[in-house]
Amino acid sequence: MKIIACIKQVPDSEAKVKAEGGKVSWGEATLVINPFDEYAVEGALQQKEATSGTVTALCIGPESAKEALKHALAMGADDAILVSDPALNELDTVGAARILAAAIQKIGGVDMVVFGRQTLDNGAGITPAQTARVLGWPMLGLAGQIKVHAAAGSVAVERVIEEGRQNVSAKPPIVISVVQSIGEPRYPSFMGIRKASKANIPVWSLSDLGVSAPQSIVKRTELMSPPAREMTVDIITGENPAEIADKLADKILTEKVL
Amino acid sequence: MKTLVYIDHFKGEVQPASWEALGLGKSLGAASALILGSGVDAIAKSAFEHGADEVFVADDTALTDYRAEPFASTLSAFASSQSPDLILFPTTARTRELAAMSAIDLNTGVLTDLIGLEANGDEIIATRPIYEGKLVEKIVCSGKPVIATTRARAFPKPEADTSKSGTTTKVEVKADALTTVEGYSTSESAVNLGDAGVIVSGGRGVSNNPSLQPPAGMDDKQAELWRAQQGFALVTELAQVLGGAVGASRAAVDAGYIPYSNQVGQTGKVVAPDLYIACGISGAIQHLAGIRAAKIVVAINKDSDAPIFKVARYGVVGDLFVIVPALTEAFKKKLGK
Repeated sequence: MKIIACIKQVPDSEAKVKAEGGKVSWGEATLVINPFDEYAVEGALQQKEATSGTVTALCIGPESAKEALKHALAMGADDAILVSDPALNELDTVGAARILAAAIQKIGGVDMVVFGRQTLDNGAGITPAQTARVLGWPMLGLAGQIKVHAAAGSVAVERVIEEGRQNVSAKPPIVISVVQSIGEPRYPSFMGIRKASKANIPVWSLSDLGVSAPQSIVKRTELMSPPAREMTVDIITGENPAEIADKLADKILTEKVL
Repeated sequence: MKTLVYIDHFKGEVQPASWEALGLGKSLGAASALILGSGVDAIAKSAFEHGADEVFVADDTALTDYRAEPFASTLSAFASSQSPDLILFPTTARTRELAAMSAIDLNTGVLTDLIGLEANGDEIIATRPIYEGKLVEKIVCSGKPVIATTRARAFPKPEADTSKSGTTTKVEVKADALTTVEGYSTSESAVNLGDAGVIVSGGRGVSNNPSLQPPAGMDDKQAELWRAQQGFALVTELAQVLGGAVGASRAAVDAGYIPYSNQVGQTGKVVAPDLYIACGISGAIQHLAGIRAAKIVVAINKDSDAPIFKVARYGVVGDLFVIVPALTEAFKKKLGK
């Protein structure tokens, strides 16, 4: 199977993200591969191994996003492509989906596209389904498990939804988004890191894709820090656990939240 | 403003946030409900009772199981024929896909996970958390219709008025399924933390009960998991007495104590309960971001310096294995259970 893992670069989840002059600032925090996308790479590599296939990591971002692609290469992806263009700085999800779909078409012969559930930054979690819709391919979202049935020419996934699990199958080419149940992302191997550090990652511009810059339909008008929680904690003490529990239960009941 | 509200349900069980979205639609002007499924008369009746001006129904066996493609195609075709100003969805696993795909079909944009929405003339300004609650942004959509998904518990739920009723209108079904549903399983406990009014969560600390002696023959990892199970049993009992859901920190999920569907925090679920009780959770920045919308946070932790106490209204510095069961007993008595 020819598999694409779509990834994004985001500020590390430990970053103290702030609003500064209407822009997002993450200070000195490092940029990393979106943690959910590590699961996408893991899921893609599992299917590469199961089907003797290949995995290409695909990312839209600035030149610095090559570091995220190198992480995917170090994990075991065969190659990587960066789509980068100054015109893509203010991309919304619809725009991102159109660009990814164009890149996937340009790569050609793709059987399976794997996304993470969502990104840590925008967090909308809708780019996978939008990419599937632009491509006209089936969407198998929130997969906790993927099984390729070569004989039947189909792919079955177990979707992890609020109400439990739904088992769904479709014929490739398909788009999948994965959740953490897919399995812990493997650590980059020493050989993988060496290979990644030497990798020459091609950069595609909009003209390489033969598309014009998508106009942003969704625009940010304001960026704020959420109101600070001005909390002074009321530490409950007592002679024994029963007394503490009794006092705490009373306090909670006076809050009228039950 | 003319709003179409998608009523999300699973096998006939309506997500409560659907009614919250309907209430929001009504507060902006005329609001119709759209229901897709098979045998959905009861939902249609309920939609009238929750205030829908009109109820549109695509009732067909092709829609028995949710599948993204036929649902999105039916919805998009219907929306084109009605040209609403706004299409509202409650935010669920299904509606994320439907909103996403309909936006492509209708050549417009999606505003997701909204915690606020104001109409300024015919412009809609939406508020949503980003970076999992570390920041908040206001956004607008220049496409028509505006497609938006509301976060559960962010908008008031309208009271059902059983005296209200009406006649439903049929919607044409586009059954262009690309996927096959093979079946369902509930191997893991189904958890809907987003809708929960009370959440009791456990962290890595739940496996640290020194007074427990694991059964003989277990290796260290098995013994740790066994201890964690006993710890989560205490957390679960408290959650049950309070009619709440069980959550967990990333550390507890990563250690394999509990399925990831229970995870609260940046890489898990963002929650907005009225009461959040954190047991043995130190309060990593991601976890704190995930519980920012909780009304009352109660922290039980033996480390008085744990960051969780900085966002808590009430705290107990102590052993969760002693305090949590005592709290369960206290609530049983006080709530008459």
